[in-house]
Amino acid sequence: MHIHAYEKLWLALSIVLILALIGTVTYGAVGPGVAMVADSQSTIDPTALDEDERFSEPRVEQVGENEYEAYVVARQFGFQPDPIVVPANSTVTFYVTSADVIHGFEVVGTSANTMVVPGEVSEITVETDEPTEYGIVCNEYCGAGHHVMEGKLHVVSQSEFENRGGDSA
Amino acid sequence: MSTALESERTFVDKFPDEARVVRAAFLSSFFALFLGAVFGIIQTLHRTDVARIIPSTDYYTVLTAHGVFMVISFTIFFLVGLFTWAITRSLDRPLLNIKITWTWYGLMATGMTLTGISILAGFVDSIDMSADVLYTFYAPLQAHPLFYAGLVVFIVGTWIAGADWFRTFLAWRRDHPDERIPLQTFMVLTTMTMWYIASSAVAASVLLFLLPWSLGFIDQVNPTLTRTLFWFFGHPVVYFWLMPAYMLWYTVLPKIAGGRLFSDPLARVVFVLFVLLSTPVGIHHQYLDPGIAEGFKFISMTNTMFLLLPSLLTAFTVVASVEYGARKNGGTGLLGWLTHLPWRKPEFTGMMLAGLMFAAGGFSGMVNAGMNINYLIHNTLWVPGHFHLTVGTAVALTMMAGTYWLWPQISNKPIYSSQIGLFQVVLWFIGMALMSNAMHAQGLLGVPRRTAEPEYSGFDYPTMFGGFEELNIQIAIGGTLLFVSTILFLGNLVLTMGNPTVSGLAETLPTPVSGPEDAPQVLDNLRLWVGIAVTLVVLAYALPIAAIIQRGGLLGPGVGTYPVWLAPLLDALANAAATLFGAVGDAGASLAGVVR
Repeated sequence: MHIHAYEKLWLALSIVLILALIGTVTYGAVGPGVAMVADSQSTIDPTALDEDERFSEPRVEQVGENEYEAYVVARQFGFQPDPIVVPANSTVTFYVTSADVIHGFEVVGTSANTMVVPGEVSEITVETDEPTEYGIVCNEYCGAGHHVMEGKLHVVSQSEFENRGGDSA
Repeated sequence: MSTALESERTFVDKFPDEARVVRAAFLSSFFALFLGAVFGIIQTLHRTDVARIIPSTDYYTVLTAHGVFMVISFTIFFLVGLFTWAITRSLDRPLLNIKITWTWYGLMATGMTLTGISILAGFVDSIDMSADVLYTFYAPLQAHPLFYAGLVVFIVGTWIAGADWFRTFLAWRRDHPDERIPLQTFMVLTTMTMWYIASSAVAASVLLFLLPWSLGFIDQVNPTLTRTLFWFFGHPVVYFWLMPAYMLWYTVLPKIAGGRLFSDPLARVVFVLFVLLSTPVGIHHQYLDPGIAEGFKFISMTNTMFLLLPSLLTAFTVVASVEYGARKNGGTGLLGWLTHLPWRKPEFTGMMLAGLMFAAGGFSGMVNAGMNINYLIHNTLWVPGHFHLTVGTAVALTMMAGTYWLWPQISNKPIYSSQIGLFQVVLWFIGMALMSNAMHAQGLLGVPRRTAEPEYSGFDYPTMFGGFEELNIQIAIGGTLLFVSTILFLGNLVLTMGNPTVSGLAETLPTPVSGPEDAPQVLDNLRLWVGIAVTLVVLAYALPIAAIIQRGGLLGPGVGTYPVWLAPLLDALANAAATLFGAVGDAGASLAGVVR
């Protein structure tokens, strides 16, 4: 098969580009440790969330020094708790699940973004900085009221968080 | 009969029956384009808050209609028309049985009508029928059974179409045992091979789960499983849209440019690569899904990146072929040859602009495929920005440009106005540049896709420069230009159909610079490619699907099913499959470990 010299060069550069792209993702996972939403959490009965110890009362709780866990339920058409209040300069792990259909959970302007599938629990860990407010949107179409499904994430100072009793439910 | 007609006959002169099918398929395609464009403009103006003629709750009916009519009806009806032309022309023989041809066309048209009715009924409150589930129809959002049934009938129609073409090819093969498969036939056969593999999953999903569920035979489905089966089909289907455009770029565009295809063997390699690589990548739409292990996502990411290769090769070959034509016509210099191209012809300029947009869309696609950077843009407006460049321009604009070249061949009627055609394709390019650019930008700000109200009451999007409103205006203007362009295209075609029949419109396709004799024989060995493709699909999907079924059960986590006897049986089968793949699964898990 006859392949023109320029064509060979182009082919080689294409393969280099592809390997470089794969390399960046691999580096992201191994170097900075970009973690994916994965199957780390076991399945859950979406029709019985009110009997689940984590999701019957959606809330934020402290689990270690500067470590917090947020249990969030998405359902047509809102998030609980709302707002989600977390302390600044801490590590927060979100556990998000759905009570009905597939939703999205996107903290606008950040890379905190996950699908919320009924029966599954999405786990994402973030580091918070200074106190600020973020919007949360459902970014997966979930029914006729999809466009009103929004929430808030309030990052507040440690002292303000404690004054609230550490519970935003 | 004039002498011109006798010396060089057009396609319709040679194959009047096939030409009728091609025209019917194209007209179905363009009817869908018209409907899709109407819903497109409603959607654009609603979402950007320029004009609101529907309540926001109806927005999703509009969105479903726009999506389904554009990416299923418009593209696939055009494809079956084009492929019917291509296989008949390149084998130079009629289809075996034109009744079978009309049967598959009839099935496709019936199926799409049923699906269309179920979608449009969503606008009428008094009809208890709706399908506001969007083109992706993820369970547990449910549509009326007619929606799913129509899709099945439509897909079965495409399967019979493929069988029709394969049979015609085999008949040709008996008469020409030692010849190379003609290039266009090769493209049709490889594309259909990919389609059979890809559409099997969505057919299984609809027939085994979604349709019985919507009819009330089973209580629930596994959302992750049906979602995964959807994307098994949902990514390769984009190549099913794209392959007709590629066929036109490879076989027709060089001719219009005044030259011929640079390399026939490379074109074959590209199509084989699409057969092999287009299916085992669908999980890249599910990077952000819980319930799927990271290792599987990584495998899918790797395959996706390699899938860039055929498109990068196409960029080279198509540009080289066009350059060859320009130089033959006296073009010289590093870039000076660009001035020796037929830029006044809408069929040329349309395809070139489509290719240019495809390059941009390819780069935004690389961002989508990047497993970690995907977090920034997943389900934001970036994504529709991307596919309006690929499907909405590379495919749609090439189809329109191709029609300007092809319609005279299948009807003996010259195009009503090439000037309008030229204006139309340029307008499409400008409209899409504005709309898609603004969509990409809003996506980076975190604006979600698929929502009637992007301006949430509670908060603003952080803008970097310009403003959110300015981007909205870009989208509205761009969408309006696209609508005008569509109407110009359709109007031009309707006027063309009113033109009197003339002779002398025949166009032949020249042989490539490097012909099929340069291609290694193995390229024509379709059995081999099917074997490898299926193996790759099994490697990429058996484990994730077994794992999903093991996690959630075949019919999803949660309450029991009806009929009750079905679930234990299917679960047992799933467990057996999971055990079978268990050993390989450990390997996958350790790969994930290595990657972390």
